[in-house]
Parts: sequence; structure tokens; C-alpha cells
Amino acid sequence: MTHKNERILSVSELARVEGEGAMYVRASDGKVEEVRLEIYEPPRFFEAFLRGRAYTEPPDITARICGICPVAYQMSACQAIEDACGVTVDGPVADLRRLLYCGEWIESHALHIYLLHAPDFLGFSSAIEMATHGRDLVERGLAMKKAGNSIMEAVGGRAIHPVNVRVGGFYGAPPRAGLASLTDPLRRALDQALDTVRWVAGFDFPDLECEADMLALSRPGTYAIERGTMVTRSGLAFPAAGWDEHVIEEHVPHSNALHAHLAGGRRYLTGPMARYSLNSQWLSPLARDAAAEAGLGPACDNPFRSIIVRAVEVVYAIEEALRLIEAYEPPGTPAVEVPPRAGIGYGVTEAPRGSLWHRYEIGADGIISSARIVPPTSQNQAAIEADLRAFVADRLDLDDAELTRQCEQAIRNYDPCISCATHFLNLTVERALLTQRR
Amino acid sequence: MTVLPRGDDPPRPPREGTTKPKVAVWKLASCDGCQLTLLDCEDELLAIAGAVEIAHFTEATPAEVEGPYDVSLVEGSVTTERDVRRIAEIREASRMLVTIGACATAGGVQALRNFADVEEFTSVVYARPEYISTLATSTPVAHHVKVDFELRGCPIDRRQLLELLTALLAGRKPQIPSHSVCYECKLRGTSCVMVRGTPCLGPVTQAGCGAICPAFGRGCYGCFGPVAHPNLAAHTAQLRHLGMTEDQVDRVFATFNAASPAFASVHRRGTAPA
Repeated sequence: MTHKNERILSVSELARVEGEGAMYVRASDGKVEEVRLEIYEPPRFFEAFLRGRAYTEPPDITARICGICPVAYQMSACQAIEDACGVTVDGPVADLRRLLYCGEWIESHALHIYLLHAPDFLGFSSAIEMATHGRDLVERGLAMKKAGNSIMEAVGGRAIHPVNVRVGGFYGAPPRAGLASLTDPLRRALDQALDTVRWVAGFDFPDLECEADMLALSRPGTYAIERGTMVTRSGLAFPAAGWDEHVIEEHVPHSNALHAHLAGGRRYLTGPMARYSLNSQWLSPLARDAAAEAGLGPACDNPFRSIIVRAVEVVYAIEEALRLIEAYEPPGTPAVEVPPRAGIGYGVTEAPRGSLWHRYEIGADGIISSARIVPPTSQNQAAIEADLRAFVADRLDLDDAELTRQCEQAIRNYDPCISCATHFLNLTVERALLTQRR
Repeated sequence: MTVLPRGDDPPRPPREGTTKPKVAVWKLASCDGCQLTLLDCEDELLAIAGAVEIAHFTEATPAEVEGPYDVSLVEGSVTTERDVRRIAEIREASRMLVTIGACATAGGVQALRNFADVEEFTSVVYARPEYISTLATSTPVAHHVKVDFELRGCPIDRRQLLELLTALLAGRKPQIPSHSVCYECKLRGTSCVMVRGTPCLGPVTQAGCGAICPAFGRGCYGCFGPVAHPNLAAHTAQLRHLGMTEDQVDRVFATFNAASPAFASVHRRGTAPA
């Protein structure tokens, strides 16, 4: 089936995203017919080979799903397994986990803002090209990124796939002096983060309003990162254990991936925009002021402005890290004992790109019999495609090259992490099937 | 498994008539962590970008420069027919091909499928298994094409990556040690965790990480893969002596370098790595 006026925009290899993805937009007679964010990242079968492993192994193994947010995987895995074993980790060990997680937020957001997304707003193909026009700017982003990585190294042992995380806590508590030495670089990074909020607030933001519901972890009194209750903008509230009642993953006809919806069929978005829109009141005064100065209200509905939200979250994460380091006393024992018991456990934490849910079933011998992981990007795919459809529909007068460029920029608003998306189907094949069907 | 350049050939210097060597970064099945290591060189990234022409690096830029490339860094293992073809094309277009990390070098954690039924795996993870197109095995790049150098690790170490790039630019052989993790514990003054009763794969694992696990009181779990000529019989006996069960010994060797021949010879999942 071909239309005379059919127009196809296709980017076979999306750049400046994590993992392998493609974009496909088809319009005919001035109407958007099809929008797909395609994923051709090869499957790696984590949930299959986690079966038969010991309950102590998911923090190390699931970290390998994503090199950009390994701490998120480690924290959701630990929480789920501790839940199955009926253990709660609190006090200084929990604080150390939050500190490690702040490091990942800082690192990942600085990477996304400076190296992946800002070049779009300023008309550069990459941060490296951007550096030839403003080396100081890129150096500022890299310095912030390094400050985040320094936390990961001090607490976790290394920035990618930290080695110090275990079920129950940590193998070793970092010495006080090791963390104290991070204070000065983090103070500098805080100034850089505030400058970053002001910088990105000056970008031009195309109009676009996200129509989807929003889902984030929430914990009154603090900006939720590593624990809390799931809440939605539409008023739902449920614990990690209630996930399956509220979040439905399904294979949608004519679509190429498992899309997540809220029960009842509503699309939703998870990630910085959702967190900010649901929890901005719990940001620190400094982060809230920075957000207000940047023109953000209590919520953010324009996905293009998510770059400001990320910058605000970096301000918050750096302040929070400084607070946790200031208060840090090495815990007497770096980990709580977690003896295995038969059961099912659930864990959900806020990866830089959104809620990351794990579920494990373990036996009395501590061997895992089933594992399920729902990463943020597969939850967001339906909302991304819907936003993209609305975005394209308003811009069909643009030429192909410009429209394609703007679509790619729009996709980067969501910081998709395709390596994470273990639930995505392999699209090359299905696209071929679709072609055959036509 | 090649650990050092074949023979004693130093890496070839940049092509004559060009000022900057063309470097490409490619991704197969992986977590992105090893290529992220390049972006994690915060203090050196802009200097690197100034010294080389980054000809292909999708995570960082859509810019494409035609091959041939002086150096291709390849992350990830080969798990699809498409990637079988792609790695051949990459090899064809590259003067020097360097694999970065455990996936590209040994098949990665996803090589656990090599010892299982991949169709069953597919049905466990995906709602519509019929749409999944994948090979039954996850194999290292060296199973498909000639590899000039391998950087170990899950993930690779930033200092080793910088040493590799510096050496390639200088036209010398990279100084990447092939001894065990034990040397690094001695160098950083960490007392042996096995002496304190903690099982550790350090004696049979190649150095490069800086011996970070023992520094936190944890035994090495082998993410840099086997050292050359590991004494696995003696070491597994020692691990059992320290209290590891057969199943625990089996699992620790069947993780991030499960399909490397030396480690695969220990775990019961398979005696015939792909």
C-alpha cells in the first residue's frame, strides 16, 4: 500500500541515546499514520538466566543490564530481595545507598544534559563539536559528571558496575576521610549545577504538552529516589508489591514492543518530568528556587523542558550528597544480615530515567525461581510515541531533514535507555512481518 | 584468547598523509558500559577528541565518517545474524580492531545462553517469542574475525583504555599487564582476603581493575576473566576449602566471563563453549 503523498521519515540508528534504536514515522496525505520508536538492541535474556542463581547475585548480575544506571539495578534488586526475605535496611546503611544513588543521578544527568541533549538545542551534532565553540561549557558538564562518578567510586568502588553493593548493604563501609575529600569538588559542582539550570533555561523550547499520566516514587518529606510509594498524577498510590495490579504490560497490535499502561489503558510517563511534577514540593529550597528562576512551575508538562528538570535534579542530588557526607559516620556493620527464606519480593527505585521495578521469587534455599524486571524506557515507549505523533502532526510543513532532526531531539527528551529495555521485542523482524502483511 | 598484540608487532601508526587517526566505536550486544568508559574520561575526553577523528560513535554523535578506520573499538558480543555480518564489515574497514570488555572478548554474561536452551529463554522473557530473532549463542568477536588487541573487564578500566589509546597514538605497544589480580592487591597494600577466609578469584583472574573488590573486603568475582595459565584445579580446591559449595563454585565461574574457555572448564553448565 503506497500513497502518492506518503512521506516516511526514518532514522535507522538513533545517535546520542544509550543502546540501539531507530525511529520510523509515516505520514500520508498530511496525516500521521504511524510513529514508532524501534528497538533493535539484541535480547540478552537476563530474566531467564537469573533463574537458578543465588539470591545474593542479582545486584551484580542485573547491574550489567545497563552501564549507565547500574546503581538503579543494584538498588531495586537489593530492595526486592530484602523484601522477599523480610528484612528492612535502615539507618546509616540506607543513607549510604542514597548517597551512592545521588552519584548515579549526577553522573547520568550530567551526561545526558551536556553530551547527549544540549547539542540539539544549540545546533551542534555532538558535545565534541559544541566544545569547539564553547570548551568551558563542556568542561563544566564533564566536571559535574566527574563529581558524580567520584561518589560512585568512593562508595561503590567504581563508576560502572560498582562492586561494593550487596544484599543487605555494602561489603565495606568507605572511610570517613574518603568521603570528606569529595566535599570540595561537590561544592564546586553545586555552583556548576546552578549555572547549568540557568544555562538550559535559556534554550528555545518548542511547544509540546505531554498528555500522558505520570508515575513516580514518592515519599513525603524527601525527594524520593531509593524508596517510597508509587503515585500517579491521576491520584493512584500503591506499593511496589501492587505494581502488577496497576501497571499492565501488553503487546499492542501493530506495535513493536511491550507497552506499559496503567490499568484502564492510560499511557503514562516515568522519569524526571514525572518525579518533578509529583514531588517538586519535596525538593530542597535551593533546588526549588533554581527551578522557579528557570521558569518551572510546580509541575512540568513540556517534554522539551525536561532538560531543566534534570539540571534541577542535579542541584538537588549534589546538595543531598553533601548533606549525607557531612552526616556520615561509618556504620558499625556495613550490611544487615539477610538470611534467605521462601517468598516473593518487590523493589522499585527511581533510576535517572524513571521507575525501575524488580520482582523475585526465591526458595527457602535462596535460589531464584523467577525474576521480572520492568525498566523505565519500556514504560515510556507508548507515551513517547504518542508525544511524537502529536509533535509531528503540528510540523508536517517542515522539510524531511528538519522534521527528522526535531523528532530525534524530541526522542532525546525522554533520555531513552535502550540497553535497559529488556522487554522490547526485536523490531527488525516484526517490521519485516508488517511489510509482508501490507 | 589474545591478550597482547599478536607477535611483537607494534600497532601501526596513523596512515600517511593524515594528521589525525580515525577512531570508530561500535556496539554489539552489551550494556553500553564499556563505551561509556570513554565518556567517563572526563579530564581527557576533549584532549582525545582533539587528537583523533571520531569517525563513528553513536552514543556520542550522529556524525559519520566513511572508513577505513585506523582503530575500531568494539563493545559487545555477537548474538544476531545481523551482527555476524556487521562485525565482518567492521573488520574489513578497520586497520586495527580492539575489543573492549567482557562481552566482546568472551561473550559476556549473555553467553549463559550458550549453556541453555535459547528458545526456552526467549519464551520466559518475551510475550511473543516468534518475533525474536537471535542466535543460540553469544560469542566473542574473535570467534568471527581477527582481533588485534583485547581489553578485558566488565566493564573495562578507564586507565587501561587511556593507556591503550595513548599507545595507539604513539605507535607503541600498550602496556596492559597480563598477571593476576593478586599483584594489584600487593601494589595497593591490601592484605589477602583469602588469608582471612574470604573466597576470592584474584589468583586466577587477570589484573586491570585495580583490585577494588578485596579493597572493600570482598573476594574478586572474576569480571576481568581468566589470567593466562590459571591453576584452576588448585584454586577451586582452595575455594571449597574456604567453604564454597560446589554450586557456589559453579556459579561464580559462570557469570561475566562464563564462556571464556578457562572459566567454562570449571563450571558444570557446559564443557563445550560455543
